[in-house]
Formats: sequence, structure tokens, C-alpha cells
Amino acid sequence: MTIQLPKVSVKDLQDWSKLGEVLTSGHRLCAGCGAGIMARQVTLAAKALGDPFMLVNATGCLEVATTIYPYTAWDAPWLHNAFENAAATASGAIEAMKAMQRKGIMREREVNMIVFAGDGGTYDIGLQSLSGAIERGHDFLYVCYSNGAYMNTGIQRSGGTPQGAATTTSPPGTEIPGKIEWQKPLAEIMAAHDIPTFTASPAYPRDLMAKVQAGLKHDGPAFMLVDSSCNLGHRYAPDQSIEISKLAVKTCFFPLFHTYKDEWILTGISARLAKNPEKKLPIEDFLKPQGRFRHLFKPEWKKKMIEIQDEIDEKWQRLVRKASLH
Amino acid sequence: MSGIREVKGMTGDEAVANAAKLVNPDVVAAYPITPQTIIVERYSDFVNNGEVDTSFISVESEHSAMSACVGASLTGARVFTATASAGLALMYEILYVASGMRCPIVLAVANRAFSAPINIHGECTDQLVCRDASWVSLFGESAQEAYDETILSFKIAEHPDVMLPAMFGIEGFIVTHALERVETLSKQQVEDFLPESRSLKYRFNPDDKMTFGSLVLQDYYMEIKRQQEEAIQRAYQVTKDVMAEFSEMSGRKMEVIEEYKLEDAEYAFVSYGATAGNAKAVVDRLREKGEKVGALKIRLYRPFPSLDIHEALSGIKAVSILDRSATFGSPGTIVQTDLASALYGKENVPSLHGYINGLGGRVLTLPEIEEIFEKTKDYHDIGMTTTTDWVGYRK
Repeated sequence: MTIQLPKVSVKDLQDWSKLGEVLTSGHRLCAGCGAGIMARQVTLAAKALGDPFMLVNATGCLEVATTIYPYTAWDAPWLHNAFENAAATASGAIEAMKAMQRKGIMREREVNMIVFAGDGGTYDIGLQSLSGAIERGHDFLYVCYSNGAYMNTGIQRSGGTPQGAATTTSPPGTEIPGKIEWQKPLAEIMAAHDIPTFTASPAYPRDLMAKVQAGLKHDGPAFMLVDSSCNLGHRYAPDQSIEISKLAVKTCFFPLFHTYKDEWILTGISARLAKNPEKKLPIEDFLKPQGRFRHLFKPEWKKKMIEIQDEIDEKWQRLVRKASLH
Repeated sequence: MSGIREVKGMTGDEAVANAAKLVNPDVVAAYPITPQTIIVERYSDFVNNGEVDTSFISVESEHSAMSACVGASLTGARVFTATASAGLALMYEILYVASGMRCPIVLAVANRAFSAPINIHGECTDQLVCRDASWVSLFGESAQEAYDETILSFKIAEHPDVMLPAMFGIEGFIVTHALERVETLSKQQVEDFLPESRSLKYRFNPDDKMTFGSLVLQDYYMEIKRQQEEAIQRAYQVTKDVMAEFSEMSGRKMEVIEEYKLEDAEYAFVSYGATAGNAKAVVDRLREKGEKVGALKIRLYRPFPSLDIHEALSGIKAVSILDRSATFGSPGTIVQTDLASALYGKENVPSLHGYINGLGGRVLTLPEIEEIFEKTKDYHDIGMTTTTDWVGYRK
């Protein structure tokens, strides 16, 4: 089963940038926050499709920083319920509109539903709600922006925190160098529900926006995992966000792909790296600029660094193998 | 009262499902839990046989049930769900979201004991502990009341002066699974009482770029909470009006409290739910023995009908509160503490004697209720103004 990505040109980006921002200025996300960049790209791609769209947002940075009462930064219908239930909330809204359309209480038309949630709200506390909603087949695009920790509550480790990263609940100690475990394979878990699953990065907006449009055009649930840098939690200067997001892809820490029913397709830089493996950058290039990995560069953790590189290589090889089957 | 009353045999759960069918809500999002399951099973039959237009969302937990209800209600849909015990506890977080965002969701509770130890039988603790969640809260004694409260709960919740969710409870198995005589209403009667048309203004919809569920900090939070308090206070009069209108339509008297032989009474039982039936039976027995005793049933638990209760109990010497709910380390049973607050410092108030009974579906027999009556009289005679006892357990 193939998902066709629409071609998004630079000219398209120029045109869409004139449609008017959906996440408008005045929000209180940190300077350099990946979530804000991601949300603007996702919503502009939705707006460019022309159909009306609605947003459901789980509790998290994107929610608290954009809707401090009595203000809102959203120029769209937007709803927040709680932390762990964004997918269930969207289920209710979607089915309610269907029922009211059947009864003639609401005008019939196509409406796109987008759900935003962070890694805490998706990998951890919201996973059951999301899996249930996907099983029931509600038509939405769920966008998990993962910054790899509970950044909103002060940088605690989540199921999406990378191995070795320092967080306030996985600190770099003398015995344990940050988080012990690897991330939960979230994209693979979602793909196992037999739904279109995408990974994307705000560093590559044309790739991200094409995937948003493909996800919204699909009839039924679709899932997108976005790598979202967080200068506060990852500890680097705010102007480095996009650079670090690019390094995540170029080191194969965060490969770009989409998959549906066992067909795996690498996109953008990741597709090029599969063809030209010599261009793949060492993981050190991604880890070094980020304070959350600083401790790994001490001589005593050299072995850990090798383990992380080995793990990245192994995961990347498995993905390339799956992608090359087609 | 219009038309001829049709009578059917139904369990409490079936009564709820059949009444909900007449309401035909836009969305039902529910998860199975004993002893509520028959409600969602019957309702699923109605959906799959095309007897209703409802979107039935078979969610993966009660937490998601209430979450989906909130999402649906905010779009302007009429929404119904049902749960019990652990399911209601799992919804607890979102109960507050539902009321805080002013969602007129209707929730049927098949009152059941909490774990541990795990138990599936009747007890009202689950619903009573939701008393501070800003939900209108009703109890029903019988399948008939379950039927009637299903319908009128929508009208109370959706009233523009209220716009709060409403829950009503019937005790697990004792009412949910007992086959009883139920006078039904016609589809037309319910449509006239509860019209389907509604405004989608200020709701989550594709045309209005509105934000729902903002972060509200110290500068506005308290004002929003105060509005909820004012809304639930208004729900008191709205409930009275809706019950009066319902009584007129159905020919069945429905009030926020039910008084039974209280006019000349010196002693009274106060109860709610199924226990009220037993209390009335004991009143009849005691009256035969010459005792001046009556019974008061609390139908509306939140907002608490303090005025009606004070008026009804005024001049009575002592009250036995039959509370099928557990509370630990409390100054009284749950409803006893409500009564104490409602009556404190007022004129002609009775002494209050709380009896925790019937936990986990334990039967409270009529002779035991007679013993409770004697005990209350003894307490009163020695001048005790308030006491709390556990009854009907092995020491």
C-alpha cells in the first residue's frame, strides 16, 4: 500500500507563507523552540489544502505557552482537554460532528482534524488513548512533537528520551550516565496499527508539509512523529535549533521516512544517506553541541559513546533493509 | 399527562437504555463495567439495528469515555455515557474538566462498591465522593426513577442557566438487574420535552476560530470557578422546574426530595436510592405499632436541597440516616455530614444518627432497620444529638 506524498516546491512555501499564520505571534514559547516551528508548518500545510481544520492539543508546552487566558495565539478552532486524552477527545469531536451532520444539525462537509501532543503525552501517558482511537479508525492526523523529555514540567525523562541524555530524573551521575534505556520505537508501534505513519523534522519543511497533507488526505487515522528540538532542555543556544535538527537526520539519529502496511520509504536526506552511506555523520556530531550529552564526552564514558553509535547504526541498518525491500 | 400509559417490565439498566433511546443522543462513548454493562449492551443493539442516530464510541477505558464525551459535548452534541465504581474513579480527573468546561454530559452510574477488596455489588460511595466535582447529582430508587431521571437529567444539564454535567445513580444489581414495572413515555412526549434542535454558538466547530481549554492562572481561575458555583446553585431551581414539568408530562410526581408520612412524624429515616423503599416499608410496619415515624428520600444530592430538607424535617425529634456508602475517619456518614451542615444553627432541627450499612451489596433487612429505629430513639432519649454507627456486619 503506497502513500503518495504531494510534491511541495519552494514556490509552494512562498505562496503558503502568504496564507496567514495559524499559530500567530505573541505566544510564549521559548525563542528557538522546535514545537512552535513545527506547529506553524503543520497548520500552514493544512490551511493550504483548503478544507476547514480543527486542532486538539494535549497538555504540554505547546498548549500552555499559546493559550494563557484571556489570550490565544491560535487563529483556528482549538481545543485542549487534558494530558493523556487528546486522541480520545478528538474521537468525541469527530463522531459528534458526524452525528450532527447525519441529523441535519450541522452542515455536511469535509473537516480535517489535527491532534498535537508531545512525547510525554504520546510515548507515555497518552499511548493507550491514541492506540484505542486508531483502532476505532477516527479520521485524524496525530502529530507527536518529541523533544525527548517532559520539558514543560522541567526536563524529566520520558519514554522518548534518548539513551545517555541528562534529564532532571535521569541525571548524569557517577554510576549512571543519564538515561539508561533507548527510546520506545513509537513510529513502529503506530505503524503496527496499519495506519500511514510518518517521521518529519521542521528542519526540512517541504518534506514535513508534504507528509502532513498526505496524512490529512488519507481517510482514517494517520500518525506523524516530529523531532522537535528544545534549546532549554537539550542545552544549546536558541539559534542552533534547526542546525541540531538537521544533525539528528544526518547522523541517522532521527531518520525521515513514511510507512504504511509494511512498505517503508525513506525520504529526503535519509533516502540520500541510504544510497551514499559514506555521507552519514558520526553520532558525536549530533551529541556534541548539546549540553544534555556533555557528560558522555568524559573519558570514563567512552564505552557508552561506542554503544550509542552501535545502536544507531544497527537501527539505521534495519530501517534501510526494510526500505530496500520495495 | 397525555395519552395512555404503556407499562413494560424492565431492569434498571434496561430502563436507562430505553429512556436514552428516546432521547437519541448524538454521541454515546462508553466502556463496559459490571453492573452497568446492560446499559451499553442494549444501547449497542439500538445503534446496530438503526433504532437511533447515535455515534457509539466503544472506547478503550472510562478515562477515554469521559474524554470523548467532553470532546463531543464541546462541539455542541448531546452526549450520554454510563459507568460504575472503578470506572467512575478512572473518569474522576475528567469529571472536573467536563464541569469546568461546562459540558452538559449525562452520566448514568450503576452504583457499585470500590476495590479493594474487589466487589461488584451495590454501594453508593462511588457517586457520593464526586460531590465536589460540580456535577448535578441525582439518585433513583427504582427502574422507573432510573427511566425518568435519564430523560430529565438532559433537560437540567442543558438548561442555559446551568450548562453543567449531570449524573444519576441506581444501585448495582439491587436496581440495575431487578426486573420491575416501568411506565414508559412515547417518542413524541420525549421530543416535546427535550427538543433535538439546538444552537452551536460558542461551541468547538470548524467555522469559529475559538480556543477551548486555555491555561488560566491566578488572575482569572477563581472567577471561572465562582461561575460554576453560581451555575450549580441555579441548578437547584432549574431541577425543581424541570421535575415539575416532567411530572406534568408523565403523570408521575417527581420532586427533589420525597416525603413519606412525615406530616405528624416524631422520628424519620433519611435515605436515598433503593434503601428508601425499605425505609418506607419499615415506616408502615412501625406505624402499625403506633410509632409516629416517616421517611425522607433525597433524590437531588447536588446541589444539596438544604431548604427542602430543613422544612421537611422541621419539628422531628431524631433522624436515622441510612447511608449505603463508606467513609473512614469522618465525623459522620457522608450524607449525615451534609445534613449536619445544612441544618446546623437552624430552628427545630432533629438529632442526627448516621448508620453506615449495606457495603458491597450487603442486604439491610427490614428488622435491622427497625433495630436502627430503636437505637435512634435510645440515643435521642439520653440526649445525644449526633452519633454514627456501622450496622449489619460481624464484629
